[in-house]
Amino acid sequence: MAFAYFPHTEDDVRQMLDRIGVGSLEDLYSDVPQDVIYRDEFDLPDAMSELEVRQYFEGLAEYNTSLFCLCGLGAYDHYSPAVIPHIISRSEFLTAYTPYQPEVSQGTLRYIFEYQSMITELTGMDCTNASMYDGATAAAEAMMMAMASTKKKTRVLLSEGLLPQVVGVVKTYAKFNGVQLGFIPCQDGQTSYGALAAELAAGDVAGVLVPGINRYGIIEDMTGFADAVHAQKGLYMVYSDPSSLAVIKTPGEWGADIVCGDSQSLGIPLCYGGPYVGFLACKKEHVRKLPGRIVGATRDVDGKRAYVLTLQAREQHIRREKATSNICSNQSLMALYVTVYMSLMGPKGLREVNELSYGGAHYLHDRLLETGLFEKAFDKPFLKEFTLKALVPARKIQDALMLIGVFGAVEVEEGLVNFCVTEKVSKENIDAVVEYLKELEA
Amino acid sequence: MKYYDKLIFDLSKAGRQGYSLPVNRWENSVSELPAGLRRSAAPALPEVSELDVVRHYTNLSQMNFGVDSGFYPLGSCTMKYNPKINEEIAAMPAFAGLHPLQPYQTVQGVLRLYKDLSHALSEITGMAEFTLNPFAGAHGELTGLMVIRQYHMSRGDIKRTRIIVPDSAHGTNPASAAVCGLEIVQVKSKANGLVDVEDLKPLLDDTIAGIMMTNPNTLGLFEKDIKEIAALVHDCGGLLYYDGANMNPLMGVVRPGDMGFDVLHLNLHKTFSTPHGGGGPGAGPVGVAAHLVGHLPVPKVVESEDGTLQIVDAEGEPCGRISGFMGNFGVLLRAYTYILMLGKQNLKMVGPLAVLGANYIKESLKDCFELPIESVCKHEFVFDGLKDKSTGVTTLDIAKRLLDYGFHAPTIYFPLLFHQAIMIEPTETESKETLDGFIEIMKHIAAEAGSDPESLKTAPHTTPVRRLDETTAARQPILRYKDMN
Repeated sequence: MAFAYFPHTEDDVRQMLDRIGVGSLEDLYSDVPQDVIYRDEFDLPDAMSELEVRQYFEGLAEYNTSLFCLCGLGAYDHYSPAVIPHIISRSEFLTAYTPYQPEVSQGTLRYIFEYQSMITELTGMDCTNASMYDGATAAAEAMMMAMASTKKKTRVLLSEGLLPQVVGVVKTYAKFNGVQLGFIPCQDGQTSYGALAAELAAGDVAGVLVPGINRYGIIEDMTGFADAVHAQKGLYMVYSDPSSLAVIKTPGEWGADIVCGDSQSLGIPLCYGGPYVGFLACKKEHVRKLPGRIVGATRDVDGKRAYVLTLQAREQHIRREKATSNICSNQSLMALYVTVYMSLMGPKGLREVNELSYGGAHYLHDRLLETGLFEKAFDKPFLKEFTLKALVPARKIQDALMLIGVFGAVEVEEGLVNFCVTEKVSKENIDAVVEYLKELEA
Repeated sequence: MKYYDKLIFDLSKAGRQGYSLPVNRWENSVSELPAGLRRSAAPALPEVSELDVVRHYTNLSQMNFGVDSGFYPLGSCTMKYNPKINEEIAAMPAFAGLHPLQPYQTVQGVLRLYKDLSHALSEITGMAEFTLNPFAGAHGELTGLMVIRQYHMSRGDIKRTRIIVPDSAHGTNPASAAVCGLEIVQVKSKANGLVDVEDLKPLLDDTIAGIMMTNPNTLGLFEKDIKEIAALVHDCGGLLYYDGANMNPLMGVVRPGDMGFDVLHLNLHKTFSTPHGGGGPGAGPVGVAAHLVGHLPVPKVVESEDGTLQIVDAEGEPCGRISGFMGNFGVLLRAYTYILMLGKQNLKMVGPLAVLGANYIKESLKDCFELPIESVCKHEFVFDGLKDKSTGVTTLDIAKRLLDYGFHAPTIYFPLLFHQAIMIEPTETESKETLDGFIEIMKHIAAEAGSDPESLKTAPHTTPVRRLDETTAARQPILRYKDMN
């Protein structure tokens, strides 16, 4: 029985069984019908030593190809400062659970409060919860908030500029939650105001979700959007990349009521899609419709400043089926991740991340046009990712790039490809890619 | 634990920086963007040095209690030891650096892990196939219920919109059902804590989509009538959902698939030792019986004849997409590490040793605490407060006093069946010495309740902060730094 994670000696087991008054471990299952007891052997490997496990994963890793990332589309290869893994692997954070006992959870509660403070700063909102699973599920929850916050409305509108994986998840939740969806097409790479106005005319719209930066990388000009939605008593919602909000106009400035998105762009490693961390923020009049954990400041009996989970009457463990959502565990440790990131970066660092990404992306954009493989798809402002029209099959370009270990030119729709640049990409990197592609054309 | 009162914002001083970035040599600048698309003023994030950040968060961590700090018998949460090798594997650059949209040819290692972990979970639970995409237990519940609804809809059986949930269920069960658009029908528990089969029978008709069961239930009791319940629900055309939050005591002993369950979720952060992280990230894989495989969410991993693994977005009649990408991959790596470390033999010991610990504590303390249902328990059990009800000491007081003695409190006031519920789950990773220490302190607290109840009612005394004013926190919410002064 000896195994590193089981502290029981045979003598311990005997003494414990004696105290319980049964003869064997099997007797502890005397209440279980014998015909459901599993007596076979699992078709699984034998126990491995730590060394063998390490070797196993090193072997498995050989089947992955690490690529230099020039792709965005909802997962961004920003630099992650060395400090962060050291902080988040502190076991007092890592091995704790939801702060149900605030007297011994002030560490978790404090960082969630800081996280809330920072997310509201970036988005221009008043309140946010302690985190969501990812951006796509945060968008689905935003849809449900809009339905719960408005009366006699049956539809939620989505911009077709949203990332497809976000639309996919919202569609699934809508299907089962009984929400009708409408779609606002893009025109010249931007969500169409005319189409929005037309869809709103029926007066049945609970909320409208538009990306701050859309799937073409274009920064949406949302002039008039919020007013149009508010005029028929719906909620205006924006799907944002929080990193970008250090420099681009905030959803708050655009007049949004609810903001959602994925905070992966705040330094979280790509990690094949997760764990990331969604966020959901809102104006204060909607706070009681927010799903999930929220932390508030208070004092203890001695008057000391302290923090606690609050407004819990929204939550599943109190309200059960009447809760605002079913969310329980979320992505707390990843909220700490981005909190430490934002603390290190500060307003200037986060601005500089955007400057470096912007500068590199525009350089790559212009140089790619020199290769003869692309032409402009749109002529609209972008930040760190952009879309070009490929003049040869997109697949051919993507495959060619992979031969030199580069991941880019992902096709976003027929003939249109995405590129993304972060501060991790240098001029030398870009020049090498461009020179290679030039030869490809020849 | 020492009290430390600062927020990171309190340390901020204009001109300090905690970052180090490459020199900007680009010609283009964000300032070229039209003014109407730019932010008007910089966000008020802190300006601090790197050491400020390190010291601040180190200080915060020291006001926290985790499994590594001490015994954490939080019922229904399975706070077992989180092995360190899991963390090292999850941080390997060969996995952490992969973009989720990379072509399948370049992520065969990832997809193999996905497939192998799915297979291992199928073996352990007796289900045909898994999706690993759900991010958490509640997200798994929702996904599983979507699969059930999709199954009925695909058969044109559209009036099945009601789901049966026992009164002892976790709060997430009815909440997930509501998000899935299902109406909740509650079934009562009998005095022995088990689902009342007679109460269940009249509820079963052609509007029932299924039943959500937790087995062992939240009282830690095995639902012995499960086979009969399964037959009744199946006969009426419904499906059985298994809430895997309480899977730990059954691991290696009983498989939900063999009990007749059609759909289940597992909490990898409970049964499979991935860290709880202060409330996530977890993972809530969903397993289904063979007839439901086509309704699992997309994207899926599919093996082609030559052994290459591919990602498919449309196969069968899926319930839809429930995650941006393919779940919390980093958590999946940790769980598979755990499975490989244990191997098939040790996996079969997890359940029995977890059950051993729970029964040992129960039997050792039942003279001092009210045990409402006398029975062998599984991984956890519930006391209904002190045996001696004359002291006025509540479950909350007991929980707070435990903090003074260096233990995390059990789950309290859940399940709702008992007014003074204390739910204790020790897990298989705790030694007899640890359990004996806890038992001794619990007995001591029971004695204190008679001799010095005031010390309990005012507990905790030794924690960084003491009892909090939760009422004011909710009535006048202060939810961010800006609103503090």
